[in-house]
Amino acid sequence: MKRLLKGGRVIDPANGIDGVHDVLIEDGRIARVGRDLPVEDATVVEIASGLVVCPGLIDMHVHLREPGQEHKETVATGVASAVAGGFTAVACMPNTSPVNDNANVTSLILAKAAEAGLAHVYPIGAVSKGSKGELLADIAELKQAGCVAITDDGHPVSTALLLRRALEYAGMFGMPVIEHCEDATLKGDGVAHEGFHASSLGLRGIPGAAEALGVERGVLLSELTGSAFHVAHMSARASIRAVRKGKDAGVRVTCEVAPHHFTLTDEALTSPIPYDTNTKMNPPLRETADRDAMLAGIVDGTVDVIATDHAPHHYDEKKVEFDRAPFGIVGLETAVPLSIDRLVHAGLIRLPRLVELLSTGPARILRVPGGTLSPGSPADITVLAPDLKVRIRASQLRSRSKNTPFDGWELRGGVAATIIHGRTVYVNPEMGSGVI
Amino acid sequence: MSTTSQELDQKQAVTALRRKDLLGIAELSPEEIELVLDTAEAMKEVGTRPIKKVPALRGKTVVNLFYEPSTRTRTSFEIAEKRLSADTLNIAIGTSSVVKGETLADTALNLEAMSPDMIVLRHASSGACHFLSRVCRSAIINAGDGMHEHPTQALLDAFTIRERKKRLAGLKIAIVGDLLHSRVLRSNIHLLTKLGADVWVCGPPTLIPTDIRRFGVTATSSVEDAVRDADVIMLLRIQLERMEGAYFPSLREYFRVFGMTEARMQMAKSDVMIMHPGPMNRGVEIASEVADGPYSVILDQVANGVAVRMAVLYLLAGGAEHEEAA
Repeated sequence: MKRLLKGGRVIDPANGIDGVHDVLIEDGRIARVGRDLPVEDATVVEIASGLVVCPGLIDMHVHLREPGQEHKETVATGVASAVAGGFTAVACMPNTSPVNDNANVTSLILAKAAEAGLAHVYPIGAVSKGSKGELLADIAELKQAGCVAITDDGHPVSTALLLRRALEYAGMFGMPVIEHCEDATLKGDGVAHEGFHASSLGLRGIPGAAEALGVERGVLLSELTGSAFHVAHMSARASIRAVRKGKDAGVRVTCEVAPHHFTLTDEALTSPIPYDTNTKMNPPLRETADRDAMLAGIVDGTVDVIATDHAPHHYDEKKVEFDRAPFGIVGLETAVPLSIDRLVHAGLIRLPRLVELLSTGPARILRVPGGTLSPGSPADITVLAPDLKVRIRASQLRSRSKNTPFDGWELRGGVAATIIHGRTVYVNPEMGSGVI
Repeated sequence: MSTTSQELDQKQAVTALRRKDLLGIAELSPEEIELVLDTAEAMKEVGTRPIKKVPALRGKTVVNLFYEPSTRTRTSFEIAEKRLSADTLNIAIGTSSVVKGETLADTALNLEAMSPDMIVLRHASSGACHFLSRVCRSAIINAGDGMHEHPTQALLDAFTIRERKKRLAGLKIAIVGDLLHSRVLRSNIHLLTKLGADVWVCGPPTLIPTDIRRFGVTATSSVEDAVRDADVIMLLRIQLERMEGAYFPSLREYFRVFGMTEARMQMAKSDVMIMHPGPMNRGVEIASEVADGPYSVILDQVANGVAVRMAVLYLLAGGAEHEEAA
């Protein structure tokens, strides 16, 4: 079966392509990309002008909550949210209940993903058994079952020694260690960025240095071991300085930034809604200088990936006093509008760089298929509508949870359609008919 | 009509706080603060009568919902409510369904189903009053939320200062103690800076909130600089349980560096006022000789608390407008 995507602006940074091209899909794989390809026996899918065809977006940091916390999200609702957000693949964190530290949990997640039949799901295994920070998990078993990386996300790896061992051991399988960088003692029982707004609201602070210490530790141990180290959800300006320094020194360090960390600051704690628990995440929303440092890192190439840290929580859990609420917000369905509006339309980067951040970068770091439209690659394709006016409505999200601080935001840029293995799995109802 | 009501009626142009709740001083305008302080003067007179009661809040139900232990503030609110003829109800943690694991929102909504007019909330979480104000229709009065604000304390402090000094603008006011964890500090900073005082805050660097200077105050760890030529010295409680956080080495050492002694007090103006929101740790943040000495107004603060809380309750209930309707 053949499909021909005709007439869109094709952006494939891995192959240096940016222009009006056709994309021929054959048996779920990319067959050819070129100008005015012959139709022959293919079904033609007309891509309206103004739309962008790019390799499927990959979110390398999501919490799907299954097994154990299905009231927040399931694999099925998570991947439905993913494709509605333009993501053809997600990598899910192991802090489920039980923790994904063995093949049984990994297999369960993969079985649920296969059943859902939407976005690809790449499980990430735990560094340590139960993510308790004591003994290494059975990493070879996790790898064999399908895990693409390891992390104790939610917490940093407990000690420098264990992180060193994890880097050495996972390096044997070519798996990166993804680290929630944080010095636990400096974080303490903090709930918000340590700065003026936390001082004003009487919230316990988490200084940027708590994160940067974790980044520095990881960079040093990556240098020591020669293994790949990936900084999750970076938020502090001192962290990006540490990553930049590491990269300059040739250390195998990469990093990701979440959309909320390049769009919001800790001022959101105060307004429009004071103490809104949807502004509570870890790492916290930081001050303007930190937010600007994230933007600068996105522009200068220090940042490798935009990842959402999609963290669904039930409204009961968020409808409590600020210091009792869990950390985190959903992100899969808001990432593309926020990124296009605040990065591309703001004039900071161009679309090819955004595709690198959302597709090529994560595919490279996780060593998973996709991230490119090279012939032979899976036909995982996202069609972006860079000029679509989008109004974010929490109640309309496909995710089982609605915990977003972006409710009501009006942005320019959205997802037109999501194609996985050549099959259109999502078309944005806002697009009207006949555009794709 | 009582004397108080007549006096209050004369100020009818500005007799009500046009807001549902009193969540903090941060939201109040200088005019609203002055209104509360002026109203409190009239309320104070009620407390000097043989029959200490006016009908201002007759038929109103006020719930005092206290999630943290409190003697002074809860009693003060209760007396204020009773002097205004409100029906009052006290709910303290441990005697309610809180121990059964009910959420704050559910507790409040269940109380609200019984149609109270006001809820006076004391809670250990910063922002608990903001949260409740979004959930409830009742007026929420903040009686202290976590490390955030304690607005009626700041109002009674300002009332006490104004009573003696006749003004707040231009006064040098030194606040010394645990700044980081203090809701009294935050409310006082907002209030005193809004009314034009020169506010100095002082404590060990480990107990000074980040970026506190952005509130428009001078921050120092030199207690001498803070109290020199001060018109008012306000001490904040050092919470003994904070010792575990190792914010400073020992209580003895704290007293050595920051304790308010007679010698340090001598550096202030000759008519300095010594204030403390209580409860005091004698020999930690304040020497007994200072607490019990002639410059101390600590018990005046407590006395004025009732009048100020009466004013807040009265004004939030609609002031003279409500009385006319009733």
